[in-house]
Amino acid sequence: MEHYSKNYNMTGMEGVVSRMNISNKDKLFACITATSFVMDDLRIYLDTHPTDQEALDYWEKISRVRKEAVDEYTRNFGPIYSYDVNVKNKWTWVEDPWPWEGRC
Amino acid sequence: MVIMSQFGGPDGELAASMRYLSQRYSTKNRKVAGVLTDIGTEELAHMEMVSAIVHQLTKDITPQEIVESGFDKYYVDHTLGLWPQSAGGIPFTSTFFQSKGDVITDLIEDMAAEQKARTTYDNILRLVHDQEVCDPIKFLRQREINHFQRFGEALRIVLDELDSKNFYAVNIDYLPDLHK
Repeated sequence: MEHYSKNYNMTGMEGVVSRMNISNKDKLFACITATSFVMDDLRIYLDTHPTDQEALDYWEKISRVRKEAVDEYTRNFGPIYSYDVNVKNKWTWVEDPWPWEGRC
Repeated sequence: MVIMSQFGGPDGELAASMRYLSQRYSTKNRKVAGVLTDIGTEELAHMEMVSAIVHQLTKDITPQEIVESGFDKYYVDHTLGLWPQSAGGIPFTSTFFQSKGDVITDLIEDMAAEQKARTTYDNILRLVHDQEVCDPIKFLRQREINHFQRFGEALRIVLDELDSKNFYAVNIDYLPDLHK
């Protein structure tokens, strides 16, 4: 589990996450949320600056961190995308909480 | 329930998404099509956030709170269901946005839209003081400012690509008609 937090350091968020007393599942999910948002923001920037090398390098770096986190989360805790649902005898997709069933 | 306006209101996330995703087909500039597609998609995610907030704020509402807050006028028609309308009750409509088919016109419409959304979030922050609500609202407000910058850059790109015969920034796609 340590390799993803080493990579996570590249985003500068390692300090934040390590101080939080939360489960590995939540840490992984926080990593996925953070890297996905970075890519969402960077995508829009790259649409109008397609040859900005620094942005392109950053995209690649974050993409790797994100992919690892998604793969690890899916393996250990279940699918984030419905494409990754592993069916055995049952379609489990709808059993997990929906986004609006959060804390409030 | 003022936050409702950022769901189904004139300057809300659904209006923004429909505006950009509708405009993207008629632009011949690939960078602009990319920006419209990607920001339009992000607005759908924002719509989900706003809808979730409205749902969470109303799901345990008591009958007394329903009457005292004025939510009863919405409740009678929708119970606790989500239905896109402005906070004042105006139903969502395409007339909230324009898709004019002219890339310069559309981008300037989009810059105005982001400012309108930002102002709406400013107003919500003046009226709502629950931190759990204000934190995501502040995030959404900041995204409007970023989007405004992106559309501004897209407009600059389009204007820079005009040739010298088109000084007054008339739509480049129909340039041949003007010279008949």
